Amino acid sequence: MRFYEYESKALFRKRGLPLGRSRVVKNAEEARAAAAEIGGAVVVKSQVLSGGRMKAGAVQFADTPEEAARKFEQVLPIVVKGEQARCVLVEEKSPVAKEYFASVTWDGRRKLPVLLFSDMGGIDIEEVAESHPDHLSRTHFSTILPLTERIAKEAISAVGVTGDELVRLTPIVFRLMQLFLDFDLTLAEINPLAKLENGKFLVLDGHVDMEAEARGQHEALLAELGIGKDETRQARPPTPFELEAARMNAADHRGIAGNVVEFDGDLGLVIGAGGGSLTLFDAVRKHGGRPANYCEIGGNPSVAKAKNLTRLLLSKPGVEKIAVMMNVVSNTRVDIVARGVIAGCLEAGKQPSDVIAIFRIPGSWEEEGFKILRKYGVDYCDRSVSMYEAAGRAVAKLAQGQACPS
Amino acid sequence: MSILITKDTTFIVQGITGREAVNLTRENLAYGAKIVGGVTPGRAGRDVYGVPVYDTVQGVVAKHGTPDGAVVCVPPRFTKDAVFEALENGVKLIVVVTENVPRREVAQMVELARLRGARIIGPNCLGIISPDEAKMGGVGGPAANTRQAYRKGPIGVMSRSGGMTTEIASTLTAAGLGQSTCVSIGGDAIVGTTYAELMPLFEADRETQAIAIYSEPGGRMEAELAEWVKANRSRLPIVAFMAGRFMDEMRGMRFGHAGTIVEGKEDTTAEKIARMEAAGISVAERIEEIPRLLRKRLAAQGVEV
Repeated sequence: MRFYEYESKALFRKRGLPLGRSRVVKNAEEARAAAAEIGGAVVVKSQVLSGGRMKAGAVQFADTPEEAARKFEQVLPIVVKGEQARCVLVEEKSPVAKEYFASVTWDGRRKLPVLLFSDMGGIDIEEVAESHPDHLSRTHFSTILPLTERIAKEAISAVGVTGDELVRLTPIVFRLMQLFLDFDLTLAEINPLAKLENGKFLVLDGHVDMEAEARGQHEALLAELGIGKDETRQARPPTPFELEAARMNAADHRGIAGNVVEFDGDLGLVIGAGGGSLTLFDAVRKHGGRPANYCEIGGNPSVAKAKNLTRLLLSKPGVEKIAVMMNVVSNTRVDIVARGVIAGCLEAGKQPSDVIAIFRIPGSWEEEGFKILRKYGVDYCDRSVSMYEAAGRAVAKLAQGQACPS
Repeated sequence: MSILITKDTTFIVQGITGREAVNLTRENLAYGAKIVGGVTPGRAGRDVYGVPVYDTVQGVVAKHGTPDGAVVCVPPRFTKDAVFEALENGVKLIVVVTENVPRREVAQMVELARLRGARIIGPNCLGIISPDEAKMGGVGGPAANTRQAYRKGPIGVMSRSGGMTTEIASTLTAAGLGQSTCVSIGGDAIVGTTYAELMPLFEADRETQAIAIYSEPGGRMEAELAEWVKANRSRLPIVAFMAGRFMDEMRGMRFGHAGTIVEGKEDTTAEKIARMEAAGISVAERIEEIPRLLRKRLAAQGVEV
């Protein structure tokens, strides 16, 4: 879960990282007041989660409070990679002598956190890695041995930084490493980390990503930063349809019918589980089908849960049929899912045999499940029909229905 | 033979009195597993399907000696401590079933396992099965379902999805290809044991003649496997199935498992497929193509299965 720049900086400030004076502002008047309070030149920065603000013109400079107000009006409406600004940060502009880069992330291969440090900050770090590899150090560190400043010092020294710079940079980078572990982050980055003309160091821009799984452990921090529980911070904000699905999933602890993502197609998908859903979604698209949604059912969801998801899908405008498909299941019971989807169809006022294009869930309790499906005349298949073929059948049936409307 | 577990492997179940763990214990016992004890703090003296329950791993060890393995099936916030407890009591193979364990804690478990010379499978996995021998974890579900999907044979299976482990095994079984050992390695961004880390075990197992894998977007595990295969001139032909191809167009969106997200170019299925193919790994478009591709690759080596 990505933090906005102003949230990242609030977290940095808690840990004593050096930051310039700044204010979060919501209108031009606040921007003017903030600039006046800070005094002197300021930077006016749009607050978006995606990168590329500078290129889009969403970062501007202002010498006076009036100019800051004007720049606010200019920056706020700019859409950066499809994203509207949430607010604007007005920050003191500092005369920079040199820029550094420090970042901590996970290395899934070494299974350790890795500190990246460069004395060529401010530019794209992948570019530095490619053209100036000697200016970028990668230092892995332990998650169980005591964390000490030594690692930060070695990483900084490795790119040839020495003297006063080394001494001043070490505690800053060390704090970034501590912060990364303490708050279950998946990314903690400062770029640029600037040396000012007066010799002091300042964090000019920073990025923080927190692991979604760890949100529960940091509720106090998130509340303090004003990050709401329903803010997913995915590439796009959740739709009302997705929020309703999430609410229904959370209301019943028995199994999962969740991770619903809305698409604009006409075939509703009741699919599972983690890997099976990815496989089935690909299969539907490969056959030329247009999914109305992505979802994951699993962990043996209750009848009510499968029912509610089915009803929600059938209520979505444009959805004519649903396909109920999973890989061979072990823990989820076929009969329970069958009962749930049939009840969902009936509650939506539809005939299960009309709207369920295919039911392909083989595995535990399949005989009981198939019996129920037969009773309602629903087209089903066992494991002898592959996931790919089942998806094809569903897509063909939908196309057929559209070709000759009844 | 097989890898990791045989019918003689002894193990314990940590969190054995939990609902999911009770099912898992019943299913594993019915498939022939040798579960010597279970652990739930405060529940010593009870039993679960005849398996005695202890308060601590130490308690099991004192009575039954050190087991070969442990299945950890406790809520996320107790998982790290349970794994540490198993490691510090000398257990060398730990299957972590639990989902939603933060990465930092997974890294800590893996680091301690390394120091202790132990291996972790998972987290967020269904465990290990050596068909017709034993299983350790929820893989395959009830014993009858497990016997229907899994048969003993020459194919090693590794999968980032627990459910797809069974789908692939079931497809192989239907095509007359049995399995040596199938490992559900887990769906998280950091897992105890990756494809490349299991390869030397399969390589050394004389029963295994080829490998089938299920893979997804996110992470570097497929690239690591490709490098391993090239560097070690593996004798084993590999056929991979890549799911989640639609995600290449949807950067920053998370689907499926915790480890499944496309952030950079290297995470995409297109990039992973290219790397694997360059290393001589065959990539199947559909699950049902896996048996044919495996036979084709084996036939090229003069092996008929």
